[in-house]
Amino acid sequence: MEFFAQQFINGLTLGSIYGLIALGYTMVFGIIGMVNFAHGDVFMLSSFIALIFFLILTSWLGLTSVALVFLIVLVVAMLLTALWGWAIERVAYRALRGSFRLAPLISAIGVSIFLSNFVQVVQGARNKPLPPLVRDVIVLYQNEQYTVTLSYKQANIMATTAALLAGFWYLVQRTPFGRAQRACEQDRRMAALLGINVDRTISLTFVLGAALAAVAGLLYLLYYGVVSFSDGFVPGVKAFTAAVLGGIGSLPGAVLGGLIIGLIETFWSAYFSIEYKDVAAFLILIVVLIFKPSGILGRPEVEKV
Amino acid sequence: MANTSTLGPIAPAMTRPTGTAFPALLKDAALFALVTLGLSIPVVAYRTDLGQGTGLELTARWGLVASLCLAVFVLRLAQRLILGEVSRRRDARIRARADASAVAAPKALRPGRALGSLTLAVALTLPALAALGSGGLSEGRYWIDLGILILTYVMLGWGLNIVVGLAGLLDLGYVAFYAVGAYSYALLSTVFGLSFWICLPLAGLFAAAFGILLGFPVLRLRGDYLAIVTLAFGEIIRLVLINWVDFSGGSAGISSIPRASFFGIPFTKGEGGFADLFGLSFSPMHRVIFLYYLILVLALITNVVTLRMRRLPLGRAWEALREDEIACRSLGIDTTITKLTAFALGAMFAGFAGSFFAVRQGFVSPESFNFLESAIILAIVVLGGMGSQIGVVIAAIVMVGAPELLRNLGFLKAVFGQGFDPSEYRLLLFGLAMVAMMVWRPRGLISERHPSVRLSEAKR
Repeated sequence: MEFFAQQFINGLTLGSIYGLIALGYTMVFGIIGMVNFAHGDVFMLSSFIALIFFLILTSWLGLTSVALVFLIVLVVAMLLTALWGWAIERVAYRALRGSFRLAPLISAIGVSIFLSNFVQVVQGARNKPLPPLVRDVIVLYQNEQYTVTLSYKQANIMATTAALLAGFWYLVQRTPFGRAQRACEQDRRMAALLGINVDRTISLTFVLGAALAAVAGLLYLLYYGVVSFSDGFVPGVKAFTAAVLGGIGSLPGAVLGGLIIGLIETFWSAYFSIEYKDVAAFLILIVVLIFKPSGILGRPEVEKV
Repeated sequence: MANTSTLGPIAPAMTRPTGTAFPALLKDAALFALVTLGLSIPVVAYRTDLGQGTGLELTARWGLVASLCLAVFVLRLAQRLILGEVSRRRDARIRARADASAVAAPKALRPGRALGSLTLAVALTLPALAALGSGGLSEGRYWIDLGILILTYVMLGWGLNIVVGLAGLLDLGYVAFYAVGAYSYALLSTVFGLSFWICLPLAGLFAAAFGILLGFPVLRLRGDYLAIVTLAFGEIIRLVLINWVDFSGGSAGISSIPRASFFGIPFTKGEGGFADLFGLSFSPMHRVIFLYYLILVLALITNVVTLRMRRLPLGRAWEALREDEIACRSLGIDTTITKLTAFALGAMFAGFAGSFFAVRQGFVSPESFNFLESAIILAIVVLGGMGSQIGVVIAAIVMVGAPELLRNLGFLKAVFGQGFDPSEYRLLLFGLAMVAMMVWRPRGLISERHPSVRLSEAKR
């Protein structure tokens, strides 16, 4: 039971990170119906941005307050990654609206290959470790053999995720931008006729998705303490699985899917085999797509001519 | 169709490059440089390296950032100036054509045929050319090896072209079938001692069976879901090969796979070998040349089958499916069977190529079959212009052959410094090329994707 509780906490932490990445997939899919294959690599890139700013702030500027460093890095990483998201949409995707069906996906694969190799070229191929900033843990429960703990890192990850999701939910549900975005999701042409700047809304969607990926990248870096140029692919596919499982296009679905995937992966590693944990995630993806492509919270898709 | 004045100008007012004033162009290019500056902070500006201590050390590289921004500025300016001129001329031409509306559209040029014959001639005589060019058979080995490598990718590209180019199904896990073929031969030959010539068709059959197995449940999915599922399938195959050590040897792979023989005659020195039987003096090059012609024949078979299939009702159904699936279904085409045949046929050729890969290397390991390999094959098909056969050849030469050649060019090292390795930038350029291709020429470098069958031809 204690073991289960500990794994549950670990799974929720991992799931929060997946959920944040999955939001980027699901929003972009919702609005232009495209699988943004490069999203996982944007996430990896943001991890590198966060890593470098951590180093600048701690070793060059000598800041010691962990909370301050974390906040500065969070904001800077979100801004710079958002700029990447904007530039990618502008260069690689915008011109392809109205092109043939698979063009955006192929372009996104190109961006994905470019990004991971770009980081490899400019930062080198080796793993980049970050010394842990906080090691403290909160002991939740203790008996003779086992201790269930929640580390400050994990608490921070969950709190940051929850806070950002609340802010994000407010943005999408309660602001003019969110209304424009939902309108574009439903009918892009009609939205344009009603005076919504569709291109700008789509751009902003990519920017938001990238900013959320940056949060995930920062949290991932804090949690694992290491990042490498190839770290975008597998978390990216898992987050996509989460988005599909939750119902692609649905925002709460993405978070729910992320949590489920995180839990499944953690329990699978804990109780079955750690070698096949990625196989488990890929199998879930295949099974969900075959049997329930609309996911848990998604609407069934209507094929239009 | 994609907008031709792409690479997104910053301000919407500047979308038309025609007749834009020069200061506006400068401003636009400066904006591009500014964005580049933003993007290069901090990933380019600071390099992280493992220092002597425990942590990472930062090295500032603002000079690199500055040259990058300058390069973007100049390139953008050049692009706007040149493209602006080009599109102005094209606009003028289109207007002139519209004025003389009675003029019929120019007959489509078919550069493919002549180019195809030329490439085929070069391919057939490559060993001789290499021997003449470098003064001896053994000295020409480098070129023949390069030819084998390129032809392997040409064959894979042609195989994937059936799936992606003809049937319009995006397969991101194509390399899984390549792996199935390679491991089929590796296991059948090392465990059961079967010869290459028995294993080759078996490998193709296994790969096709896997294609059907995967295709049956997933081919109902819409385009991008299908792509992701095939990607997942490819990764699963690789992960199983890594982790199922008893079966596949794990990440160590399978080594000492038997070499190919000349239809049963081994390429060995001495009694009963190939050289002995044919009265030649022994040379290790015999086997290399044999392998070269083997992959050439395999690739040509792929090509001929594809070309013939395109004229059969099934091939026409593939192309119709690519253009409009709903229309196909309304016309009574069984989309599942149509997709499945394309999938299985493509997989079969990957299986053949895989067993060739295994017999040539004498060693297989899961790392040869990662997603990147799938992406490279896909890039070859995409850059060649999906559906174009000769385009695949050119793309394979450019994407596989060119980096190999660049690696050996000394003067690049002299320009960029000793540590410069062009192959490091290979994949980076692949990625950029894929994007550029989709943005500018989504139908491929050689846009030769005419329908295989035309109504007017049928009437004649």
